[in-house]
Amino acid sequence: MSHHEDLRRTALYEEHVRLGGKMVPFAGFWMPVQFEGIAREHQRVRQAVGLFDVSHMGEVVFRGPRAREVVQRLTTNDVGSVAPGKAVYTPVCLPHGGIVDDMIFYKVSDTEWFVCVNASNREKDVRWFLEQARGDCEVLDLSDDYSQIAVQGPKAPELLSRIFGSGVSQMKPFTFVKTAWRGVEVLLATTGYTGERGGEVYVPHRIASDLWRELLDQGRDLDVAPIGLGARDSLRLEMKYCLYGNDIDETTTPLEANLAWTVKLQKGDFIGRDALVRQQEEGLKRLLVSFVVEGKGIPRHGYAIRAGGAEVGHVTSGTLSPTLGVPVGLGYVARPHDAPGSVISIDAKGIREFPARVQAALLEKR
Amino acid sequence: MSVPKDYRFTESHEWLKTEEENVVTIGITEWAVEKLGDIVSVDLPRVGDEVEKGEAIGLVDSQKASSEVFAPVSGVVIEVNEILNDDLNVLMSDPYEEGWLVRIEVEDQEQIDELMTADDYEELLGKLEDEEA
Repeated sequence: MSHHEDLRRTALYEEHVRLGGKMVPFAGFWMPVQFEGIAREHQRVRQAVGLFDVSHMGEVVFRGPRAREVVQRLTTNDVGSVAPGKAVYTPVCLPHGGIVDDMIFYKVSDTEWFVCVNASNREKDVRWFLEQARGDCEVLDLSDDYSQIAVQGPKAPELLSRIFGSGVSQMKPFTFVKTAWRGVEVLLATTGYTGERGGEVYVPHRIASDLWRELLDQGRDLDVAPIGLGARDSLRLEMKYCLYGNDIDETTTPLEANLAWTVKLQKGDFIGRDALVRQQEEGLKRLLVSFVVEGKGIPRHGYAIRAGGAEVGHVTSGTLSPTLGVPVGLGYVARPHDAPGSVISIDAKGIREFPARVQAALLEKR
Repeated sequence: MSVPKDYRFTESHEWLKTEEENVVTIGITEWAVEKLGDIVSVDLPRVGDEVEKGEAIGLVDSQKASSEVFAPVSGVVIEVNEILNDDLNVLMSDPYEEGWLVRIEVEDQEQIDELMTADDYEELLGKLEDEEA
């Protein structure tokens, strides 16, 4: 906490301060944790539209005639076979199946992929990419060149189309285009981390604050406002989206983390494939589940999960769900306690234990 | 941020007020309350529970974090603040009076003298604020 002088500021730092953002250290940056309050910001994104500064995220480009081989080797999902203009969410694994990071691959062409990685893993990821690319293609860390603004909520497509043209509302989820704003190239993707419609815009720093202000301006009648990291976390948690470092890390595999849909064994060899095949054959011993607390008590990362008196797992994320009005969480549990309806209890550091029920999903698919 | 002069404090942001010989009231400080933000639930020990100095005896949950309440002294819980079952706002609006947490019958008066004075605690808060600036 005392090394704050090393923290970096995003190109939008001044905007956040001006708008009353409460700034906190996060992944090496000063980031806004909240503006008007986590619950209100959360509801705004579920009901209208919110803006997130996610410029702390890293951007990496793979380029070259053999880039496809490299990205296919690195990822568990099939980021290579999709058409240009598609975005693919994927884990990147170690040989033993543990997750190095989870990220989105944007296929620009058959020889180029633009990748968005977690801020806290940027350096580790780039090292891993370079090591595994073995010189077969260019690997460029462009994190210092890009700001990123996420525009999320049911009214986000309307807001984005006011700025970037009416074509935006016709874009399918997980696609992207390179377009221009005020003569500057931007990458506009219909991706996000909230479960709502909308997109993420990658722009050079020099236009970031102009675009931010324009979004607030053009979205005034849509009830747009800035959203902090606090609501970003509760929004993703309600959708059961994993947060690296909390729900997934190098000790968890995509299969355990309920990300089997991102593991494409048929695409050919990739790093971690053998381990994942083995794990699947042997059967999973634990699974990441979502659960709803029955009563009060907020589950937190690291709390033990019990069933029938025995410890059967641990909590990885938890919050009071602003949408449901009840505490919810994610955690790993041993089978068969992963079955929806299973009754578990959350042990808050021995101070208290409260009951919860495993639920297949927390919110319906939006 | 000013703190009540006749209270004692801990580094983990609990306060202690001596009510009468051997009976103290315990709560969490305004600084702790502000750090937590919107408090959504509070868990307290039961009347009759024996608590050890330094032991986690309660839990305060906010939207963004959960914070343990550590016993500043050893003793027996003789009363808990029932108001908090219905109204957590008093904890946020008046942490030093109406928002108290538990009353404890103290075993060893010397443990009270070992706690920080108001001046010590204000100094600690000053340091924490400097670190944040």
